[in-house]
Amino acid sequence: MSWLEVVNLQAVPVADIPVLPMDELRRDTIEKIRNGQRLALFFGERTSAGTVVYSIIADDSASRLHIASSNLRDGMKFTSMTPEVSSAYLFERELYEEFQIEPVGHPWLKPLRHGIPGIDEREKQYGFFRMEGEEVHEVGVGPIHAGIIEPGHFRFSCHEEKVYQLEIKLGFQHRGVENLFVTNGSHPIYLEKLAESVAGDTVIGHAGGFIRGIESLSDVKVPRKAKLIRTVALELERIAVHLGDLSALSGDVAYLTGNSVFGALRTKVINTTMAICGNRFGRGMMKTGGVGFDVTPDLARKILGMTDRLDEEAGLAAEVLFSSASVLERFEKTGVVSKETATAIGMVGPAARASGVAVDVRTDHPFGGFEFLPVHKLTLPGGDVFARAYIRYVEIRQSIKIIKEQLGGLTDGEIRQTPSALRPKSLVVSLTEGWRGEIAYIIITDDDGKIRRVKVKDPSFNNWFALSLAVRDEGISDFPLCNKSFDLSYCGFDL
Amino acid sequence: MLLAVAEFVIIISPLFLVGLISKVKALWGGRRGAPVVQPYFDFLKLMGKGEIISTVTSPVFRIAPSVGIAATLFALFILPVPVLGSVFHFEGDFVLFAYLLGMAKFVMVLAALDTGSSFEGIGASREVTYSTIVETAFFVVIGSLALLTSHFSFETIFASVNMVAGYSPLVKILLLASLFIMLLAEGSRVPVDDPNTHLELTMIHEVMVLDYSGPDLAFIQYTVSLKMTIIAILMADLLVPSSTPPIPALGLFAVIVVSVFLLVGAVESLIARSRISHIPQFLFLMTTFSLTAFAVAAFFLFGGVK
Repeated sequence: MSWLEVVNLQAVPVADIPVLPMDELRRDTIEKIRNGQRLALFFGERTSAGTVVYSIIADDSASRLHIASSNLRDGMKFTSMTPEVSSAYLFERELYEEFQIEPVGHPWLKPLRHGIPGIDEREKQYGFFRMEGEEVHEVGVGPIHAGIIEPGHFRFSCHEEKVYQLEIKLGFQHRGVENLFVTNGSHPIYLEKLAESVAGDTVIGHAGGFIRGIESLSDVKVPRKAKLIRTVALELERIAVHLGDLSALSGDVAYLTGNSVFGALRTKVINTTMAICGNRFGRGMMKTGGVGFDVTPDLARKILGMTDRLDEEAGLAAEVLFSSASVLERFEKTGVVSKETATAIGMVGPAARASGVAVDVRTDHPFGGFEFLPVHKLTLPGGDVFARAYIRYVEIRQSIKIIKEQLGGLTDGEIRQTPSALRPKSLVVSLTEGWRGEIAYIIITDDDGKIRRVKVKDPSFNNWFALSLAVRDEGISDFPLCNKSFDLSYCGFDL
Repeated sequence: MLLAVAEFVIIISPLFLVGLISKVKALWGGRRGAPVVQPYFDFLKLMGKGEIISTVTSPVFRIAPSVGIAATLFALFILPVPVLGSVFHFEGDFVLFAYLLGMAKFVMVLAALDTGSSFEGIGASREVTYSTIVETAFFVVIGSLALLTSHFSFETIFASVNMVAGYSPLVKILLLASLFIMLLAEGSRVPVDDPNTHLELTMIHEVMVLDYSGPDLAFIQYTVSLKMTIIAILMADLLVPSSTPPIPALGLFAVIVVSVFLLVGAVESLIARSRISHIPQFLFLMTTFSLTAFAVAAFFLFGGVK
């Protein structure tokens, strides 16, 4: 039976999604991924009879998404895909934790976030990977860290300074976000605020992803101007975080100049976001049906003036940073993730592009303002900290260009349409390229057009495992640098 | 009398000198920065605080900071103040000097291991590894000076080092470079260590003292700055001509010590911290410089260009 083919943000009736036997769903998924497609999501939904498992595969080159599902009764098991498809590794653990559906043959089955209800962690241990041997030592870092960092536990198995294995345990900030979307479905403003707080550093990205999903379900036509303003906001967010990351990367290698200069530039960018919507992180910007704040021609000129200066200043700062021998000594050949690994584990965003994997939702599955103005995919070959730092600089330049284009297309007009009721019994896949990578929102409505299930996937979900692999065989002292070069979200993962 | 005053000023100044480094870095980074005397405020704040002592530690952990500060102060008294001389001096006193600094480090390493923390174990291991390089090189530095002057006490070495014939500038430059690297290493400064980081896994010195708080921590911070000052004084000893009258000599001495710290600030502003696995290469530079100095001294004394 063939899978349902949709594009990004296309709402479809749930009844149209083919229901396959689990074996077939598994076989098809593996086959599609072997053919070069990407596992975007593999998640479940609780029904009265058991669990429905959805598999969503992205065919990036054709800009299509393939959807199929399978019904599993309580207590049913299925054969794990992970031995064949590494990128299914976390999705299957998630499924196991949330619905107790056991993927038989999963190489490393254990809870993912909050633990499995009914299983006492004191009786059934989490089961960290252990390395045995003389002079082997374990270093546990966190979940409480020095400095203001989110909680996460990192366990290193080392010999002297060399890391053989890093295991990352997250879930300390699990808030039940997906559930909150459902239980508060009748308060649209609450939902927008909730989406903004899924990962506090990706306000525009997450709110935009959720809101576009809702809009696709409700037939509201977002004005062109609003789409352009949203894109400007999204790119401003990208620039700001990338600048902040370059500053922090400099800080981690104690390179004072880069640390201060990029930090100062970031302030200018977030202040520009504040000039638009009154909040430096873009809260309140994204509204269902449009945007909350207009960009007047006067403001547009101000933004353009800022980006022009930024273009020049960031160029100068980057020249200093990326030509400093002592910095390059730290960045180059540190924390390498090969292209093969990146593809196999399903990495997304700048981290994947720095390893040479050309994935960019803005190009592959255009949304919002990118429908009018396409974006080129940029990749770098190295896969090391240098590549992940340099791709950020390259993307800052690209985003400045995008902002100029989008603002150039700005005309007078409405910025917001009144939202209407949601279509009943429908499903929409909303993919967004946040600064960290692909943000996915799946929204499913019930018979009355109420939100029945929201599945959120932050790009951190795809990329945390890459960090574990990146620090293998590296010195343990380079871990913080590798970590910062990915700059992943803890709460975005924990949900 | 003058020596007593000088020693007193030296004892109270290390925190100011560290404040100077922070100031240079702040100005370089385009910030106004904390006042130069901020380290004194921090010191007083810590002195007024209580202490939390890990229940798994032994008395070693308790006494280590006090032993460290005492040993380092004793080392200071062996070191001559330019022109004025030192408080204690005898033949071979520089061996005691080196081992006093070594003891201060040794007790801190023991205390770090005493906590049983894996972080502090890593830090201790790094500290000891780099010390083996630095301490050896330091003996070559002193050896070169002893060879050059045929004296075996700090005071007499420095009294005569500026009297030796014209070839000494080359030896001196090499020894100064050597001592400057030693200062960066012993003071846990960039590129060897990063004193400002909060990342435990990359630290060397800072991670060894993670469990300390209150007065003990104040002692430790003071000890580190005093150690840096001591090495800066060694550099000044090499530079101040021993025939200078006391007051100008002390002025020159102060200028040199302050310049050394300004230079540390400049280095920290300009370069990134080295990769841990590459730090020995940097430290071997000190060995290289000191061995070259030794070879040059030996060449002129024994082989000599006639």
